[in-house]
Amino acid sequence: MAGSGTAHLRDRDDIVLTVEDLVVEFPLGRGRKVHAVSGVSFDLAEGETLGLVGESGCGKSTTGKAIMQVPRPTRGSVRLRGRELTGLHGDDLRKTRPQMQMIFQDPISSLNPRRRVRDIVGEGLSIWNRDRDGASRSRVDELLSAVGLDPETAGGRRAHEFSGGQCQRICIARSLVLDPDVLICDEPVSALDVSVQAQILNLLEDMKARYGLTMLFIAHDLAVVKNISDRVAVMYLGKVCEVGPAESLYARPTHPYTNALLAAVPRPDPEAGSTSVPLEGDVPSPVDPPSGCRFRTRCPRAQERCALEEPLVRPVGEDHFVACHFPVHAADAPADAVAGVATMS
Amino acid sequence: MSAPDDAAVPVAPNRTGALVGADAERAGPSGTAAAELQAGTQTGVTPLTPDPPAGRRKRGKGVVYWFCLGWLALVVLAAIAANWLPLPDPNAIDIINKTAPPFSEGHLLGTDGLGRDILSRLAYGARVSLVISVAAVAVGIIVGGTLGMVVGYFRGRLETAVMAVIDVILAFPGLVLLLALVAFVGQSLLAITVVIGFLSIPVYTRVARAATLAVSQREYVLAAGLMGGKTTRILFREIMPNVILPVAAFGLIALGVVIVLEGSLAFLGLSVEAPAATWGSMIAEGKRHLDDAIHIALIPSVVMFLTVLSLNLVGDVLRSRFDVREANL
Amino acid sequence: MSIAAELPVPPATPDPVDPLLEVRDLHTWFDTPRGMVRAVDGVSFTLRRGASIGIVGESGSGKTVLSRSIMNLLPKKAAVPASGEVLFEGRDLRPMSSKQMRSYWGPQMAMVFQDPMTSLNGVVKIGRQITEGLRQHLDLSRQDADAEAVRLLTSVGIPAPERRLGEYPHQLSGGMRQRVTIAIALACGPKLLMADEPTTALDVTVQAQILDLLARQQAERSMGMVLVTHDLGVVANRTDDIAVMYAGQIVEKASTRTLFRRMRHPYTEALMRCIPRVENPSHTRLDAIPGRPPDLAALPVGCRFAPRCRYAQPECLAENPPLFSDEPGHEYRCFFPVGTSAGAEALERNERAGSTAAGTTMDLLTKASA
Repeated sequence: MAGSGTAHLRDRDDIVLTVEDLVVEFPLGRGRKVHAVSGVSFDLAEGETLGLVGESGCGKSTTGKAIMQVPRPTRGSVRLRGRELTGLHGDDLRKTRPQMQMIFQDPISSLNPRRRVRDIVGEGLSIWNRDRDGASRSRVDELLSAVGLDPETAGGRRAHEFSGGQCQRICIARSLVLDPDVLICDEPVSALDVSVQAQILNLLEDMKARYGLTMLFIAHDLAVVKNISDRVAVMYLGKVCEVGPAESLYARPTHPYTNALLAAVPRPDPEAGSTSVPLEGDVPSPVDPPSGCRFRTRCPRAQERCALEEPLVRPVGEDHFVACHFPVHAADAPADAVAGVATMS
Repeated sequence: MSAPDDAAVPVAPNRTGALVGADAERAGPSGTAAAELQAGTQTGVTPLTPDPPAGRRKRGKGVVYWFCLGWLALVVLAAIAANWLPLPDPNAIDIINKTAPPFSEGHLLGTDGLGRDILSRLAYGARVSLVISVAAVAVGIIVGGTLGMVVGYFRGRLETAVMAVIDVILAFPGLVLLLALVAFVGQSLLAITVVIGFLSIPVYTRVARAATLAVSQREYVLAAGLMGGKTTRILFREIMPNVILPVAAFGLIALGVVIVLEGSLAFLGLSVEAPAATWGSMIAEGKRHLDDAIHIALIPSVVMFLTVLSLNLVGDVLRSRFDVREANL
Repeated sequence: MSIAAELPVPPATPDPVDPLLEVRDLHTWFDTPRGMVRAVDGVSFTLRRGASIGIVGESGSGKTVLSRSIMNLLPKKAAVPASGEVLFEGRDLRPMSSKQMRSYWGPQMAMVFQDPMTSLNGVVKIGRQITEGLRQHLDLSRQDADAEAVRLLTSVGIPAPERRLGEYPHQLSGGMRQRVTIAIALACGPKLLMADEPTTALDVTVQAQILDLLARQQAERSMGMVLVTHDLGVVANRTDDIAVMYAGQIVEKASTRTLFRRMRHPYTEALMRCIPRVENPSHTRLDAIPGRPPDLAALPVGCRFAPRCRYAQPECLAENPPLFSDEPGHEYRCFFPVGTSAGAEALERNERAGSTAAGTTMDLLTKASA
């Protein structure tokens, strides 16, 4: 599952964002470094939602931030509508900001406690001098209404007067004020209660339809990711394991890790029976990741080959790719044969 | 199964009588957001993590706080209005009436060793204390606060260099440095203010830097950058409003420290030159009469004590109010 | 129709099922500047020896305060002198001082918290943290205690336990730390284990391991277990009974199977419906529950869920429903329960009117994002 390779990148005209071989490393001193993201590639087509799912420490949030160039990726390429972002500096980079926005996990930390909601939401317009002739006010009001807040009463308040769910609504309004093409959502619902989580997920779907957004949705909850995504990419320890359409990936998980993740999802149904312990142990340290396939230390199917050779991403179905030598659904067929079938199709 | 509402039996009646819509007038968004808000906490002050609603007790902001505030108001008023108040000349020497006890005729708080009116000298002395403390704190906040905010935000080598200098200044014994500087610069009000202000810069730099480091981690700072905001804009709009409060709260308490510092200088004979009245010099002069007229030293001491205590208490209350709000965010 | 008869007044005869823990009409209130916060407001339940109960609720439902009230862990000053009893093997724990409780914490009842780092001491070696309780309560020698600690760490699935004894908490991963806190909780062989969101801070794969571990230990030691969580999925097939809490009260309580098969309270139903499921296709519109739970300092007179409820009728706004029961062991706090003719009629009335008695429009209550 070391999951390098770019076989799953699509050659289409409507690709908005392409991430290729993204590497993010943080130096620890004395030559050691954290391998947070190690060669991740994916792309987003116009109007598509890609879910990026994985456990804590898999590098999914770092990937999201590296796309925004904070921190700057160590290596690799991020292209927004064909424009390379990694080489841009200062004002050139700043000018691309309105096209791509981000919302964060902690909605309360995302809002300046000293500022009023209307100023927070209108900040983007003010930065880009689009606030002449009251245009800003009507745009801000429009967005506040769109996210389900009353502009008249909410506009003059400060963040601490709102609940977590309402703060996340304000964050969504702020991120949309500049009419971005791409919205990166970094665990936007994981700090919220289940009942509020459903409200925000529905709201994000509404906003996507209304403002024609392309979304990268980062989360650890598989059910949440499936609900909102068209395609899903599963990450483990800085690498992509499996990419595919949500339906196909959840119905036929081919990577042993995806399989284990799905088996571990607690289901609110006593008839579902107790899930067997899917995985042993914990995620290894990203400072010193395992050789070959990074998942091999916890993988029930690992063989000698997995330690020696890093699996490359290869197709296993319609638009469905996996980085594994011994994928699950091809259980009985030798790996090479599966690859052969895939290349033929 | 029949409808349960006629067959079922209440097993644990538990009638509650609570306020209905107590917060209705504070209700937030309505209309499109009606549903979000109508369900209960329509209020601004919803605790966001109410699960452990543990003891946020009422703060003792009662009588003592108001007394302190009143005392500070009195001191400030006296300092400002000293010229217009029906007070004798603070420097008018009257040897015949020297060391008069309090409540003597014409001298409400008595006179000092040279027969000067103590009340009058206290009022004029308040000026010196206030001017020195407010100006020194202002210098500290403006210079030190800005420096701390800038290095806290940019980090890097600039921070290392600035903090090294700050540490060196802080490592110096403050009073000795003060004495040296005052001896060098002179004993005018301006000189003393500038010197104390300069010496307080490092502390504010540290406070502002610590606050900035914390604020910079917040995601709204990142969000402002991702929106395309320029650095100066982020510093002034996102960071400064959040840093200024802890720094100012610290400054309020530092006012007291500066007043005491002036007293120490005066005691060593290095404050504003005589005969100008300062609280510190009044105490210093009173020490000669500790045996026969203890009030000469005692009264300015009590005034200084009350002022510093009031500053600390008021500062504490303001700071804790600010902290509570911050904790609530 | 059978009628449950768990009266609020304690029965004179000893309970035939020999309950390990009996909570009777427990109230825990806090006096705050905002008013009286009624965090736990009349909660009753019984836990048999060796049985488990899941307490499910969102933040602000009072589930955490409930678990701390049972453990007698709340500072006495913070809580208003409250009514109700917490009977542990028949003795009321509420009036006990911390000093008296110390003989209970450990050998009788133990707790596992959400964040292992807050319950572990960061500067003390793991070995000492485990053996401390052993030596104090069981009076073991150092060697015996060390041997017991190794055995405990092995039983909670920690590899190389001898080496771990000499390590500090920060040297372990989150999952391993939670295993250590479980080992510490189990050290003195408690009769009751209180687990407050023990897996919320953990990843799904580790969560499954820890939940399995807890279930296994509970069965092996025939401990009573109270598992507090916000996630219905976590308790669905791991506890015998489930109590759903809302705004300080238990709104529905039943055996796990009954609760899922015949849920009666609209909140339970809504909670089930708003969770995204991996089985459902992508972009399935979620049945969000509009609004938020009420402020515990300003509770409505009527049913606390009424403003968010699809079934709400005028009656619901006038009076907070008491607990009803239509089969043994199944209680719910609703006048118009789900799956009954009264509930169906109430829903139909509201659908016809387009809004509920609480004034919430039905559109909002179905496919809303608001």
